[in-house]
Amino acid sequence: MSTTTPDAIASDAPEDLVRSYPRFIWWGLGEATNGGVGFYLWMFVLTAIALVGANAWAVQVADGMIVTNMTDHVSWGLYIANFTFFVGLAAGGVMMVIPAYLYDDEEMHKVVIFGEIVAIAAIIMCTLSVLVDLGRPDRFWHLLPYIGRVNFPVSMLTWDVLVLNGYLLINLHIVGYLLYMQFLGRRPNPKWYVPFVFLSIAWAISIHTVTAFLYCGLGGRPFWNTALLAPRFLASAFVSGPAFIILVMRILRVTTGYTAPVSAANTLIQIIRVSMTINLVMLASEIFTMFYTGGAHGASAHYLFFGLHGHHGLVPWMWTAIICNLIGTVFFFLPAALERGSIRIAACVLCIVGIWIEKGMGLIVPGFIPSTLHEIVEYTPSLTEWKVSAGIWAFGFMVLTVLLKMATAVFHSSGESAKPTA
Amino acid sequence: MTSHPNNPSNEPLLPILDQPSSRRTALKAAGAALGLAAFGKAVSPLMVIPENVSVDEFLQQHYKELTDDDKAKVFARLEAETKEDYGADVTISDPEAIPGVKFGYAINLSKCNGNGACMEACNKENNHHRGVDQSYIRVLEMSKGSMDMEQGSTTYDHTVPQDDKFYMPVQCQQCDNPPCVTVCPVEATWKEDDGIVVVDYNWCIGCRYCEAACPYHARRFNWEQPEIPAEEVNPDQGYLSNRVRPQGTMEKCHYCLHRTREGRAPACLEACPTGARVFGDMNDPDSDINYVLKNKRVFVLKEELGTQPSFFYFFD
Ligand code: SF4
Ligand code: SF4
Repeated sequence: MSTTTPDAIASDAPEDLVRSYPRFIWWGLGEATNGGVGFYLWMFVLTAIALVGANAWAVQVADGMIVTNMTDHVSWGLYIANFTFFVGLAAGGVMMVIPAYLYDDEEMHKVVIFGEIVAIAAIIMCTLSVLVDLGRPDRFWHLLPYIGRVNFPVSMLTWDVLVLNGYLLINLHIVGYLLYMQFLGRRPNPKWYVPFVFLSIAWAISIHTVTAFLYCGLGGRPFWNTALLAPRFLASAFVSGPAFIILVMRILRVTTGYTAPVSAANTLIQIIRVSMTINLVMLASEIFTMFYTGGAHGASAHYLFFGLHGHHGLVPWMWTAIICNLIGTVFFFLPAALERGSIRIAACVLCIVGIWIEKGMGLIVPGFIPSTLHEIVEYTPSLTEWKVSAGIWAFGFMVLTVLLKMATAVFHSSGESAKPTA
Repeated sequence: MTSHPNNPSNEPLLPILDQPSSRRTALKAAGAALGLAAFGKAVSPLMVIPENVSVDEFLQQHYKELTDDDKAKVFARLEAETKEDYGADVTISDPEAIPGVKFGYAINLSKCNGNGACMEACNKENNHHRGVDQSYIRVLEMSKGSMDMEQGSTTYDHTVPQDDKFYMPVQCQQCDNPPCVTVCPVEATWKEDDGIVVVDYNWCIGCRYCEAACPYHARRFNWEQPEIPAEEVNPDQGYLSNRVRPQGTMEKCHYCLHRTREGRAPACLEACPTGARVFGDMNDPDSDINYVLKNKRVFVLKEELGTQPSFFYFFD
């Protein structure tokens, strides 16, 4: 955005329009809710799923968490699993920003904003995933600084709340400012966004590191208590984030005709290749220590990969994840991945699914099995949990769709390269 | 998706605000209204919140910020609520830690025979949900010759004691360095001066982070509102101990502080038929617990985690 020449914008700039920021947002929302039949159908389906989720959550609040399949033994389940994945997605969204600003990759500037939009939607999904996991959502205000009573700086969960909200604000500011300037036909002033862009890079790393510390700081859970957890989180985030953005760009191209520069996607694929390799190497070394040494650290891993004492609820999950990740990685290394073909799409989907399982059910649940007194109590999410989670995904996609439409509408209105398809 | 015209020069820019209503804006408004109505319907089960959570309860401050006046009001409200919900007359008290006292608990593993009387007593004393065999204590049946909990079991249902087994009750170890307190994001749980780790059931947000952090499986969550027949409700209740806990909050063993701070023994000790349990003030040179600490070879569970329990085990 920042690279568009001032005159190109000036000629098409909507000079005579109301310029205030709230009005701009209102205008954007109006634009974002215009669309064809396909668009309305898509939003209708998402709304329906989100409503089913909202209803399931409301019942859960009324009847208690007993409607989930979580227990005193497995006290976190699908919600926190999703939360962990979303944090990665949000952190990965910023992977567009690093090449753009640190390496001055000009082409990347055009798509950076989409990465940040993905990050915004992902953070909203994170927050919702935590909210639905609270036994007393009516007391959420206890978590607010000054009004409540936050355990800062000792509790990692407090840190997580702070960094996630901070990350949301930073990204809202960058996206909002850049789009508004584009809308006004003015060149964005680097003073107002470049520092924030650099901040968001550091911050993205912090949100995922803090989330990893949430688990690896617990001495009583040997499966999580490994220093490799945070780096593994980052490596997988830098796969799932860019893979997701590639898919989003593809959908944008098909639906709105907004075409991202080829080199941008190729940079992302290079990032994925490196990150996925690092991720797999770290996974392999974790597996080695867990199985070669055995003991308490090995029990959860045993349960996860092969089952333990006749219980193997997670075995199919984990092997699915490994197969998805391996095939996805191979696909990414094929030359065909650089083309806008089906191999690239398949590679993205496979890696996203693989990482969703690996960072979610494959990480959170085995931390609780066997329990700290070495009892084995298994866990499979209840229908309520699936509904609530689906609702959060649907709502996240609604947010994503609206934000993407707002962004493309701004580009259209300011005469950016995008050409609407028929 | 089909294209949508949005050439800024001839398309109204503010589609709802300040615009003559067109078919599209009317449709949008209708859609938004429908969506809102559907949303209202979907979340309508939440209407129980105002019924179950009074304004006073919603706004109640952290235990440590309550004045004596506030406490009196809160306790009266809780007593009335228990009467309404459970049909039982109860008194809620708030005995404070006795200065200079540090409680300790020890278990004689040579005596414990796994009969489970302590679990039953805990369940009754603490107004636990009756639907499940809830208790703050778990008794592990372990193979002789091994301290490996991996080989233990809590779900045995044969006669006890078995010849080749020994029995190890585990409950909150009231750690001096309690991971549960460290992780709580809202300070809903803390360690009192006499060494007891407590929970403010009216401040806990139910995130269950402490349950994940505790290495001894000592914490329990109220997955639903506890059900207790009126005649079984224990009327002698402490705010920080055995009062009926609200749905969606954390609870745990509190060394029966409403009894022990008044000089009585914990319910589990009183119920133990074998005399395996020893409780008392570790700072008092004449206490039983001090005798055990001085004269027996005691050990703690998972010492390597640095939690520093005030709960000890020994063999005679
Ligand atoms: S045993 Fe568990 S609940 Fe008790 S103080 Fe230690 S960590 Fe906290
Ligand atoms: S469940 Fe309650 S006591 Fe436990 S960490 Fe969360 S807020 Fe604190």
